[in-house]
Amino acid sequence: MPSAPRTLLDKIWDDHVVCTPSGELPLLYIDRHLVHEVTSPQAFEGLRLAGRRVRRPEATFATPDHNVPTSDRRLPIADPISKQQIDTLRANCREFGVRLFDLDDADQGIVHVIGPELGITQPGMTIVCGDSHTATHGALGSLAFGIGTSEVEHVLATQTLRQAKPKSLEVRVEGSLPPGVTAKDIVLYLIGRLSTEGGVGHVIEYTGECIRSLGMEQRMTVCNMSIEAGARAGMIAPDAVTFDYLRGRDHAPKDYDAAVARWEKLPSDPGAVYDRVEIFRAADVVPQVTWGTNPAQVTGIDAVVPDPAAFADPNDRSSAARALDYMGLAGGTKIVDIPLDRVFIGSCTNSRIEDLRAAASVIRGYRVAPSVQAMVVPGSGRVKRQAEEEGLDRVFREAGFDWREAGCSMCLGMNPDTLAPQERCASTSNRNFEGRQGKGGRTHLVSPAMAAAAAVAGHFVDVRHWQYK
Amino acid sequence: MQSFTTHTGIVAALDRANVDTDQIIPKQFLKRIERTGFGQFLFFDWRFLPDGSLNPDFELNQPPAAGASVLLARRNFGCGSSREHAPWSLADYGFRAVIAPTFADIFFNNCFQNGIVPIRLDEADVDELFKRARAAAANGGQYRLHVDLKACTVSDDAGFERSFAVDSFRRQCLLEGLDDIGLSLRHTDEIAAWEKAHGLPAVSH
Ligand code: SF4
Repeated sequence: MPSAPRTLLDKIWDDHVVCTPSGELPLLYIDRHLVHEVTSPQAFEGLRLAGRRVRRPEATFATPDHNVPTSDRRLPIADPISKQQIDTLRANCREFGVRLFDLDDADQGIVHVIGPELGITQPGMTIVCGDSHTATHGALGSLAFGIGTSEVEHVLATQTLRQAKPKSLEVRVEGSLPPGVTAKDIVLYLIGRLSTEGGVGHVIEYTGECIRSLGMEQRMTVCNMSIEAGARAGMIAPDAVTFDYLRGRDHAPKDYDAAVARWEKLPSDPGAVYDRVEIFRAADVVPQVTWGTNPAQVTGIDAVVPDPAAFADPNDRSSAARALDYMGLAGGTKIVDIPLDRVFIGSCTNSRIEDLRAAASVIRGYRVAPSVQAMVVPGSGRVKRQAEEEGLDRVFREAGFDWREAGCSMCLGMNPDTLAPQERCASTSNRNFEGRQGKGGRTHLVSPAMAAAAAVAGHFVDVRHWQYK
Repeated sequence: MQSFTTHTGIVAALDRANVDTDQIIPKQFLKRIERTGFGQFLFFDWRFLPDGSLNPDFELNQPPAAGASVLLARRNFGCGSSREHAPWSLADYGFRAVIAPTFADIFFNNCFQNGIVPIRLDEADVDELFKRARAAAANGGQYRLHVDLKACTVSDDAGFERSFAVDSFRRQCLLEGLDDIGLSLRHTDEIAAWEKAHGLPAVSH
């Protein structure tokens, strides 16, 4: 008897349920566990206190990224508490036998950048990390989601997680990507439409012509921000783009053709039913800029900052009013009239080589506006080296950008890279929450091309009309 | 883990939607390597003025919320970062329950690991609780709620009573204060069988 058509999520889920003991939540097997310095120390400490070991150290990969300085790596880390957290990760990895990509490792970088880059992330896998942007890895057709520290400890000890099966949400983006519009604009637009909680309880599968046409790194940008719509994870069915991307990477399967033959069975079957479907048109998307303090408070570059009074829902109205107060903006202001102090190109959303190429092509032959301080922080040591081989670092430096070492940096400002109070920043990162990039700092989320153009102009500009040199 | 059966406590009413974990515990306090001592940093940027003094305008600093252990908020509470430091700081400050119309998934899960009950009530019921908390405050008093995890109800002394839904396994773990890693390790044979069936080498220890 043929089985009922299944979604990508169904297939990965069914394959990973170890058991569902009566009266308990299912135990889901976890193929890959990524670890960083901020959300792991208490988990390792828990293991130690209980006398437990890491069940499968070879399935676990660690790197310091959140706290690390992005200036000269040969200098000691100035902040003693950051240093302690990084030292603790080092000691824990040694004690429990976990592979660490340490600060001096050529492959160190943001955990969500190095996973795919090293081929640790593969289609059909379950992947977790004590970090909400783990959804990034779903771009390769895996089920990848963020967990808390107690769950990190659970995975370390058992290689499984207690999970109820999430619901499935198909987000279909029809039509082709308009010129000058990028994956970042697509995902910001989707979040604006779905709201910050539209995806709660769901795993989003992105489908449709527009999504299929994206390159691997652009797909990562889309999946990365699934959590900003509240979704548990985001995923995209693996295809030739995925298989070409992974081929030859350090941790890719040795018998690659056999792996591809397995992976080709993963995409959702025709007729598979999702719990919910939302359909959008790529043609409706213009370059996006956030104006508020959550990623759903977003609008097009050709629009104005909204008037809070225009929101029908009282929660939305008061949120918008609070946000504008914090952001120092008035309703009705044209987005292109918003002046900037800082520009940050980086983060697990937009710090890969294609992102840096896009930004560099905008600024080539231009200079950063005198009123703006701008920086580029590559997502990993590999991205940095690749960019330098292509001469992108020179393009950035000659335009007046700082060129830094890999890490999370000003995405969350746990290291010295932060905004001063009331400084206004165009950022390619994923969160514009109050104080995210520094207490009192004002963050506008944009694509790398939009950030680069804003750095040159000193205010937001519509990159669709940019004069490339 | 601290168990939870019933709890009666003062309500702190935080009338905001989309309270993210960056606000609950700002990043500068994530560098500690312990699970304890985070309460002093809870809502730090809202609770304290730049000079370090208490911000009198912030709800938690006002007399009706003194000694509060039940937090009332609007929808999508706990969105954003997965940091478990958020429930650690809420628990360390003294909160045992959070009531909101909706919660972000990771935060919701993290609560159960830390002896906090996250309670989803309808928007209209949450509205009613805000009204009651405000009325008590207007009379110079405090508002108390009673949370019963055995019966899955939340109630006050003036006739409000609603039941809430909670996964039965999570509920049992919380009622008994169970170590869920210990529970999962009871299934080591099934885990090993899964690994074998998927061609993974056996675990040596
Ligand atoms: S770059 Fe930002 S969002 Fe991504 S893992 Fe680092 S801190 Fe988190």
